[in-house]
Amino acid sequence: MSRDPKKKPLTVDQKRYTELVDNLTPRPAYLRNGALAFAFGGMVAVAGQLITDFYRLTFRMSSTEAGNPAVATMILIGALLTGFGVFDKLARYGGAGLSVPVTGFANSVVSSALEFKREGLVFGVGSKMFILAGSVITFGVVTAFIIGLIYAIFNL
Amino acid sequence: MATKLGKQTFKPDTPPYLISTGTVAGPFEGQGPLRDYFDHIYTDTLAGERSFESAEKEMMANACFTCLNKANKTPQEVDVFLAGDILNQTITSGFSALELAIPYMGIFGACSTSALGLAFATMLVDGNYAKLVLAAASSHNSSAERNYRYPTEYGATRKPTTQWTVTGAGAALVAKEGTGPRITHLTVGKVQDLGIKDPMNLGAAMAPAAAATMVQHFADTGRGPDYYDLVVTGDLGKFGHELAIRSCVTKGGFDLTKNYEDCGVMLYDTEKQDVHSGGSGCASSALVTYGYLYQKLLSGELKKILLVATGALHSVTSFQQGANIPSIAHAVSLEIEC
Repeated sequence: MSRDPKKKPLTVDQKRYTELVDNLTPRPAYLRNGALAFAFGGMVAVAGQLITDFYRLTFRMSSTEAGNPAVATMILIGALLTGFGVFDKLARYGGAGLSVPVTGFANSVVSSALEFKREGLVFGVGSKMFILAGSVITFGVVTAFIIGLIYAIFNL
Repeated sequence: MATKLGKQTFKPDTPPYLISTGTVAGPFEGQGPLRDYFDHIYTDTLAGERSFESAEKEMMANACFTCLNKANKTPQEVDVFLAGDILNQTITSGFSALELAIPYMGIFGACSTSALGLAFATMLVDGNYAKLVLAAASSHNSSAERNYRYPTEYGATRKPTTQWTVTGAGAALVAKEGTGPRITHLTVGKVQDLGIKDPMNLGAAMAPAAAATMVQHFADTGRGPDYYDLVVTGDLGKFGHELAIRSCVTKGGFDLTKNYEDCGVMLYDTEKQDVHSGGSGCASSALVTYGYLYQKLLSGELKKILLVATGALHSVTSFQQGANIPSIAHAVSLEIEC
């Protein structure tokens, strides 16, 4: 007998019931959600492009140079919208369109920091800030390392 | 003392009276269709406190004091205070008990706490351990969100099966003597696991427990669903309500389509208020039963009610480790003689 609950086979009753639930579960409106995510994501991209152009033209930067301050500005906007309590309302509709871009990353960090401020600076804000974004950072670094390794090997 | 009927039902010799109730609701619940039946509606989810946890404690204590005031009782007259909530270590109940200064026994039944409290209160009163017992239950949307799900300001789309944790608290005063509806039967539920793992679909996880307890109650008492004017489950939501009806047919051939509702659905205007499948949390059944249904019983519009409060007994840890969601339901029948 395995003790791992993931490997425990379903009983007949459980199988029958989970099949019933799967069949009856109301499906999310995939088409509508997808269209909204596309529209919101597109708007974020347009905003990002406008900000990049602003830095490029105002400070005479190259497109690559303008990228960094533009990303930072987008993060700031995402953070401010979270702080003002607007982001979560928009994201209910925007979904992946808002959570996949850098604005979503800002939201996950700031919302956690706000949530845990009552637990103090050290055990609250400081350690809980990355409760959601932590895995993004971890796996981002790991992926970057692997890609870097492949890049280095093939450029030898 | 009590008589045991069948396998899981207890019938008190002298059914105790539910002499008073107190209900307080959050602002969002105060916009719902049952708003006129609550004693107090908060305008702010923080209830003037610094944190959501303190706000929930303030709500539970307020519900308890309101309940006592309405019955002209002081905390000193109450023998035992039974309370439960869904925060870790049931802190809301412990801190409320500190304020009330009544001998306290903490209970945990997740969202089935309202019925569990009434069941224990009945046993204490009918067993001559106590004359007056106060039972309370509470939940708060924001403290539950941060305990079980995401930070409140985190943005994400929700699945249609998700439920909205109810903000509010309810208290009930159970007495040996008095007036009001009487608690005539208790059916203590067994924990069920029908293989559901998704905490965003708790209605589906709890529906089999509700069905099992209802079918057992009908079998033990020889009553059918028709005996009651209304059968209510605690917080199955729209989807769980549908599944409970189906499960009752397959398990015992009982037809619930005529007089069965769910507190989590009754509490909100599901068209206008964006709660997806409906409400959940200890306060769901507590607010509806101690607020709306209690007043309907007093006015005689409803005479016999079966409350089946449902609870999901998982934790964040058990879910992350891949365990199924076990669930439970306790049934209490409330009847008034007119």
